[in-house]
Amino acid sequence: MSEAVEIPSGTLTVTRPIGVQFSWRKAIPWLLTGPLLLFMLAFYAVPVVAMLLRSVNDPTWTLAHFHALASDTVFFKVFSNTLYTAFTVTIGALLFGYPLALALVRTPRWAPVILIMILLPFWTSVLVRSYAWMVLMGRHGLINEALLALGTIERPFRILNTPLATQIAMIHILLPYMVLPIANALRQIDPSLPRASSGLGATPWGTFRQITLPLSMSGVAAGMLLVFVLALGFYITPAMLGGPREITLSMLIDLQVDQLNWAYAATLSAVLLATTLAIIGVFYRLPGVSNAFRMGAR
Amino acid sequence: MMNGVGRGASVSLNDLQKSYGGVTAVAGVTLDIRSGEFLTLLGPSGSGKTTTLTMIAGFETPTDGDIAIDGKSVVAMPPYRRNIGMVFQNYALFPHLTVADNIGFPLKQRGVPKAERTKLVGDALELVQLPGYGARYPRQLSGGQQQRVALARAIVFKPRLLLMDEPLGALDKQLRETLQLEMRRLHADLGITFIYVTHDQEEALTMSDRIAVMNEGLVAQVGRPEDLYDRPDNHFVAAFIGESNFLPAVVRGFEDEVVVAEYNGSLIRAISPSKQRDAGMKVILSTRPERIRFADGAVESPAPQNRLNVTVTEAVFAGERCRYMLRTGDGSSIVLKEPSSAAIRRREVGERVEISWSVADTILV
Repeated sequence: MSEAVEIPSGTLTVTRPIGVQFSWRKAIPWLLTGPLLLFMLAFYAVPVVAMLLRSVNDPTWTLAHFHALASDTVFFKVFSNTLYTAFTVTIGALLFGYPLALALVRTPRWAPVILIMILLPFWTSVLVRSYAWMVLMGRHGLINEALLALGTIERPFRILNTPLATQIAMIHILLPYMVLPIANALRQIDPSLPRASSGLGATPWGTFRQITLPLSMSGVAAGMLLVFVLALGFYITPAMLGGPREITLSMLIDLQVDQLNWAYAATLSAVLLATTLAIIGVFYRLPGVSNAFRMGAR
Repeated sequence: MMNGVGRGASVSLNDLQKSYGGVTAVAGVTLDIRSGEFLTLLGPSGSGKTTTLTMIAGFETPTDGDIAIDGKSVVAMPPYRRNIGMVFQNYALFPHLTVADNIGFPLKQRGVPKAERTKLVGDALELVQLPGYGARYPRQLSGGQQQRVALARAIVFKPRLLLMDEPLGALDKQLRETLQLEMRRLHADLGITFIYVTHDQEEALTMSDRIAVMNEGLVAQVGRPEDLYDRPDNHFVAAFIGESNFLPAVVRGFEDEVVVAEYNGSLIRAISPSKQRDAGMKVILSTRPERIRFADGAVESPAPQNRLNVTVTEAVFAGERCRYMLRTGDGSSIVLKEPSSAAIRRREVGERVEISWSVADTILV
């Protein structure tokens, strides 16, 4: 049944402020973020732009440095090695990280232990952890000594200063960036969904494949993006643990800076930045990924 | 057991128990649900009704006791082998699948070929009055539509048992009433067994063949809606279903089936459907407010009556009926509901009046 509402006759006057007026309500977000914005502008944006300008303005306005890259075999080798390392590390972190995230969410009893195991190294400096890996993986490191003692191998084998060493250490260091977004996505899955799936006849594996995995893909994409982007710019770990021939882009940049080859370093930095931004852009287009960064939102 | 005949499964719960740590959720439920029956588990929150349903579905393992479907124990069977349809309170539709894929999900798990799946999904959508909605995603539907999709998904694979956990809880009153009727119709059409969980007694009374009232992990009473309303076994059922007046009394004697009890100096006759009573026993008399009348105005009923003198302490006109609060000699309160009519004199606060009600409407609880 509907009720008849009688509107009393008369003029309804709506008053609106005329012109632009200063409103505290609108100013507050700017006031709160203002100090940081200024800081970032002065100490981040300006130096980055100044550095990037060097790639096109040294000694005069020119694109010569970028042209030179096109025929630079060293650059291509380093660039592809950087992408390859970032790629393998991302896949490795995903393969180790997904089960870990699942365990973190599914076993409430062990969750604190797992979380501490993930976060404790996270709170340790990358430098310290890279040194720790050197101790473990050296020719007379713990791994070789243990294998020798067990009789598994007869001579110590070379792990340190190989691509494998870099990859192992980088996976270890970047694992939290994979686990936490995936765990976050898994945690947001309504627990009644796997139940419903099971009740409707799906086996545990069927439920995982058809419900849990697709619903956690936003977290997977977010984790892969974070790990890949961070891996692209990794410097300390590949420099310390990697092979002498396995140079990454950030190492090459450092090398050029050491040789005061500023324009070349700036050009390489521009390429690294552009690659990173392009990858972020592509990932953001994937459905659900931008949602994954909105923490807590469903 | 001879259960192969009916389209619905029969379910036997035998001393079913569930406790979490030291907390008991279900304390020992024994219940036989017949093939094709619409049985409702009704109770307040924390009474163990949802836990009982969850154990039938297989999502929780009983601490003790047995669940048998068509005479076969299913306690050790994982949920995905039990072949039971289930509708969840929050619908539990898969957000990444379309309506058609949601409904087709149980068929896909059973290896039904795609062409047949499409046909069955279409039929199911017809059945819940949502034809043409297959390509939409759950988030594009209203709450009532989502509920219908959940229902279609739960019955599309033709289970012999359908479990529903407060399926209408999140919907507004009008929609709830429409869907209640649809579920009754569906139950009649399908002929399968429904086990329905709700805390809404009106819903339970209008929909169910039988209701099992649950309290503190136990079944307080099982029966047809009218049995529970007219012949509550105990204080809890009398208070939980509908409204009841309770008066303390002492048993003084017996007249065939009728117990004679003394309340505040007056003899009240009552029936005791559940338990044997002995003289001198302290009991509680229970009567529904709408079964009590003002003795002076009413046409005298030929059935045996109880009578009591009271004072009107509150008179509320509530449209279709008037509701009076009355005080007895010992200060107890009695509620009386009378259909409103311009022809009936409204009582004033402070008025002294005699009330009467049938012995058959007086229950010892």
